[in-house]
Amino acid sequence: MSDAPERILIKGNEAVAFGAVDAGCRCYFGYPITPQNEIPEAMSRLLPEIGGCYVQAESEVGAASMLLGACASGVPSMTSSSGCGISLMQEALSYMTGSMLPAVLVNMARGGPGLGDIGPSQGDYFQAVKGGGHGDHRNIVLAPATAQECYDFMFRAFALAFTYANPVMVLGDAVVGQIKEPVRRTPPPDALAPERLAELAAPWRVEGRGRRGPGAAPRLVKSVYLAEGTLAARNRQLRDKYEAMRAEARWIAQDTDDADLVVVAYGSIARAVRSAIRALRAQGAAVGLFRPITLYPFPDEGLRALAAARPGRRFLVVEQNLGQMVEDVRLALFGPAGRGAEVLFHGLMPGLLADAQTLEEPVRLALAGKEIRS
Amino acid sequence: MNNPCNALPEALRPREGESLVFDAPAAQVDRPTHYCPGCHHGIAHRLVAEVLDELDATDRAVLVASVGCSAFSYDYFAVDALEAQHGRACAVATGVRRANPDSVVFTYQGDGDMAAIGLAESVHAANRGELITAIFINNTVYGMTGGQTAPTTLIGQITTTSPAGRRLRGEGGPLRMTELMAGLDGVAYAERCALDSVRHVRAAKKALRNAFEVQIRGLGFGFVELLSGCPTNWHMTPQAANRRIAEEMIPVFPLGTAKNLLDK
Ligand SMILES: Cc1ncc(C[n+]2csc(CCOP(=O)(O)OP(=O)(O)O)c2C)c(N)n1
Ligand code: SF4
Repeated sequence: MSDAPERILIKGNEAVAFGAVDAGCRCYFGYPITPQNEIPEAMSRLLPEIGGCYVQAESEVGAASMLLGACASGVPSMTSSSGCGISLMQEALSYMTGSMLPAVLVNMARGGPGLGDIGPSQGDYFQAVKGGGHGDHRNIVLAPATAQECYDFMFRAFALAFTYANPVMVLGDAVVGQIKEPVRRTPPPDALAPERLAELAAPWRVEGRGRRGPGAAPRLVKSVYLAEGTLAARNRQLRDKYEAMRAEARWIAQDTDDADLVVVAYGSIARAVRSAIRALRAQGAAVGLFRPITLYPFPDEGLRALAAARPGRRFLVVEQNLGQMVEDVRLALFGPAGRGAEVLFHGLMPGLLADAQTLEEPVRLALAGKEIRS
Repeated sequence: MNNPCNALPEALRPREGESLVFDAPAAQVDRPTHYCPGCHHGIAHRLVAEVLDELDATDRAVLVASVGCSAFSYDYFAVDALEAQHGRACAVATGVRRANPDSVVFTYQGDGDMAAIGLAESVHAANRGELITAIFINNTVYGMTGGQTAPTTLIGQITTTSPAGRRLRGEGGPLRMTELMAGLDGVAYAERCALDSVRHVRAAKKALRNAFEVQIRGLGFGFVELLSGCPTNWHMTPQAANRRIAEEMIPVFPLGTAKNLLDK
């Protein structure tokens, strides 16, 4: 028998639920939507067993608002949804950023726009990374590719949310959520203990002022700043925080040392790309993979370092959408030779499973500087 | 009870042989409000603060403020508070109460906030029997945005967005929230009161007390509707506003207890 902890065979969605609960999450609010229903289903069983609370809300508007209330109370709490459900949560998301609350939201993305379909898609990249809420809103975005990462990234999501007092979104898709894989249920090294999360919330949470002793001053959690100059001061504070978050950018680079072409992909698509790259390298092609783990903050330093290390090296962005992350890659690699680089794009349509074999062709063409459309 | 917000100035403190017979409640911040002259929000705040003290709930209280003229209600309550989005106060309060089951949680919402944009959140929190107390200010208009039509606007009432007077067909009739709430299984207390006279103000305080008591005793959702004056957007004096409540509002919104599980 090995000493390695036992692995359990679960879906990515279930791994999200286990990861959240093991990370200290005690409140879940949600509304059913495919392809993430295993998350609320698991939470409705797991949380009552440990004295937590599960509420099926009347809508995603209600769920995200309940989340705001629970987060303001300093209790690790989350919601999850997909597509149009995330759109309904954007109001509360912006308020939670303005009120500096540590919310965790999971988006198991489906196809869009509109009702779209229930298959995999990366069409929510802009919404998650750029358009999460109105005003000068930013939220951290983590992109798991496997069920194990679904589990691990929930710890990271709560740790980051409480460290920065800011919402964090975990962005998967129908494949990441539905795929069943072995998962080790042990906290990753970057986990913060629930007691530490409570400590981080202690200075600001609302709880009833008497809990802080007789005569304690009342506390207020809010996002409104009407008096002249006060919103400016608040947004300077937010700006400093957003800048500090840049230190959290994470990525994985594989086979990039000798690569003439680096393929940039995240989430489930990065897995298919990885297999295509293995097959192509076996045929002698010098290709590598750059996988952003954080989509916000975007790991542009990592990309720039790759471009600078080998001038003339090309980049190919593969996404399951019409071209969204490619804008961030172009922004990161914009500049004169030696600092910038040529960026190509290959977009996959939503609703279809990406398979490694069909990805070999666009990667091979990109080596020669050519793009094809799917 | 300790109130960190109302330290009595030295000159006003009782001397030898004197005793303090009247003071602001510990749950209240004793300061001038931003409300218009003759507005009833101030009276409603005072009643809520007195009830919190009397029920020994001030130390555990959490106020969920709404969006409307009372958006800054937290400036006048010496309790922990948070802001909800327009209409979502009952959902936000659900999150607070579930995360912190020992707290005493209340919302304070206008009629646009609760009965229009937030109707779904309000009705569903009530139907789930959330242990929160919702205070509903019915002044038949959107006060903060300048007197537009609300779900509670009376038929024929002229507003900035019903220049010909509200018509039933196309604009709907005045929504009776107390009756709606009383019909839900999760609601333990529902009453409509008015703030136009001393007698009615006294009855309102009793109703507020009951609506908090059902929460504290775990019986269910507490709801009080307060018919309130908005002299500014009604374009009348405070006295005329009081008369309007008595003569025009109460006939459409009858006062009284619609549900009470306290004695069951
Ligand atoms: C989503 C959203 N829509 C619109 C508004 C603008 N708004 C602010 S207050 C208000 C009306 C409030 O009226 P009511 O709830 O009746 O409270 P009162 O001001 O009369 O006390 C509106 C529409 C907003 N803040 N948010
Ligand atoms: S506008 Fe009406 S409701 Fe608002 S403060 Fe003035 S009187 Fe009160």
